[in-house]
Amino acid sequence: MIKLIKDTLISQVVTLWTVFVHMFVKADTVEYPDQKPYMFPRWRGRIILSRDPDGEERCVACNLCAVACPVDCIALQKAEDEEGRWYPEFFRINFSRCIMCGFCEEACPTNAIQLTPDFEMAEYVRQDMVWEKEDLLISGTGKYHDYNFYRVAGMAIGGKGKGEAKNEAPPVDVRSLLP
Amino acid sequence: MTWEVGSALNIAAILILVVVIAAMLIWVERRLLGLWQERLGPNRVGWFGLMQVVADMVKIFTKEDWVPPFSDKFSFVLAPNIIMIVVLMSFSVIPFAPGVGVSDSNVGVLFILAMASLGAYSVMLAGLSSNNKYSLLGALRAAAQMVSYEVFMGISLLGVVALTGSFSLRDVVLAQADGWYVIPQFVGFVIFLIAGIAESHRVPFDIPEAEQEIVAGYHTEYSGMKFGMFFVGEYLGLVLVSSLITVFFFGGWMGPAFLPGIVWFVIKAFVFIAFFILLRAALPRPRYDQLMSYGWLFLLPLSLLNLLITAAVILMGS
Repeated sequence: MIKLIKDTLISQVVTLWTVFVHMFVKADTVEYPDQKPYMFPRWRGRIILSRDPDGEERCVACNLCAVACPVDCIALQKAEDEEGRWYPEFFRINFSRCIMCGFCEEACPTNAIQLTPDFEMAEYVRQDMVWEKEDLLISGTGKYHDYNFYRVAGMAIGGKGKGEAKNEAPPVDVRSLLP
Repeated sequence: MTWEVGSALNIAAILILVVVIAAMLIWVERRLLGLWQERLGPNRVGWFGLMQVVADMVKIFTKEDWVPPFSDKFSFVLAPNIIMIVVLMSFSVIPFAPGVGVSDSNVGVLFILAMASLGAYSVMLAGLSSNNKYSLLGALRAAAQMVSYEVFMGISLLGVVALTGSFSLRDVVLAQADGWYVIPQFVGFVIFLIAGIAESHRVPFDIPEAEQEIVAGYHTEYSGMKFGMFFVGEYLGLVLVSSLITVFFFGGWMGPAFLPGIVWFVIKAFVFIAFFILLRAALPRPRYDQLMSYGWLFLLPLSLLNLLITAAVILMGS
């Protein structure tokens, strides 16, 4: 009987009081459209394609992002310019499939594809969720300000021969005995 | 056109105000729940979200009012009307203030209990006529719960009736001029409070419409305004139980004279409405067998004991 009273009455009264005290606690609600939340810089939101410090596209159309993508939302086609530089002929992200996992950003060898804190991407027409390269490209460098893939990579490209890249020694003539 | 108990103006004012207040409780409940759950609640439509009720009403009136083809049409349509009528009828004997009220029936307590019993028919008919397993389960639960909790709902009031010596609710209030009955009848108050929650299917005892177990219980198949009538009927029941607690145990319209009686009545009733909403915010739902054994094995003997002691004290005093 004592146990019944303890279980049914005392604990209920304690619960009621605990909840009642919450009246004087400030509400946790963020009134979203009026009051924007602080989005952390490394939040995984809308995907962008960045440019290198010279203003060229960073993307070298290696397809690693498309392979890494678990929902297959990235589609691109490689093209090559007259300097021998690779670039995507088209680069298409279907944001209605994208799950913002960030695997593409991790896979990207040139820091071209990056996720941003923007998350307000609702559209009325489903087709508008498919973004082309023109929509994805930004004019800045994104998170990595002084990285330029073709300046550090050993690949010879227009205006830059073998051994001229940053931190790269000139190529050694292995058939010569001279030091 | 005079302002006295039972005049047409009085009846119309009470009818309209009670229904409007019951509808506004949708907003009050959501705001208060938000307050206690550290949220805001609806605050977008109109001032502080007050027009939320209007928006809900527009929505519910324009919804398709669907009668399932597999249901028993007549009782399906009848059921939501019963609960509205029955609860509104119960308001007719409540003395809101001196001169405000529909009827000063000399058997007001019995009338209230009779109407509460009739309310069970609404729930049972709704569940049976829906021809749906969940509705049937809800109706079974509702019927058993209402029948068992009505027993000591009546018995807990008998202590008040014995102290007053009258079944009239106005006499009950007038007899509390020296002191509220909550002090001599505290046990009766607690039992009536619990039975009142069970009668109006509020949250700790909302087993007939437990969303997590049986979809929506007896009103699973209802839509549009028929569902709205169950909804408003439930809030009317909440207002009714709060008013009854005010009348029976907290001195009705009695209060310090700087405010008129009706204001005191509304304040007291609102405190209990807020308390019921707090219960909803705080307490979990008991299991069905726990509810039944709690009622029959604990509350019924307690209410009988309370009545016995009250009667003995009255007899010793006389």
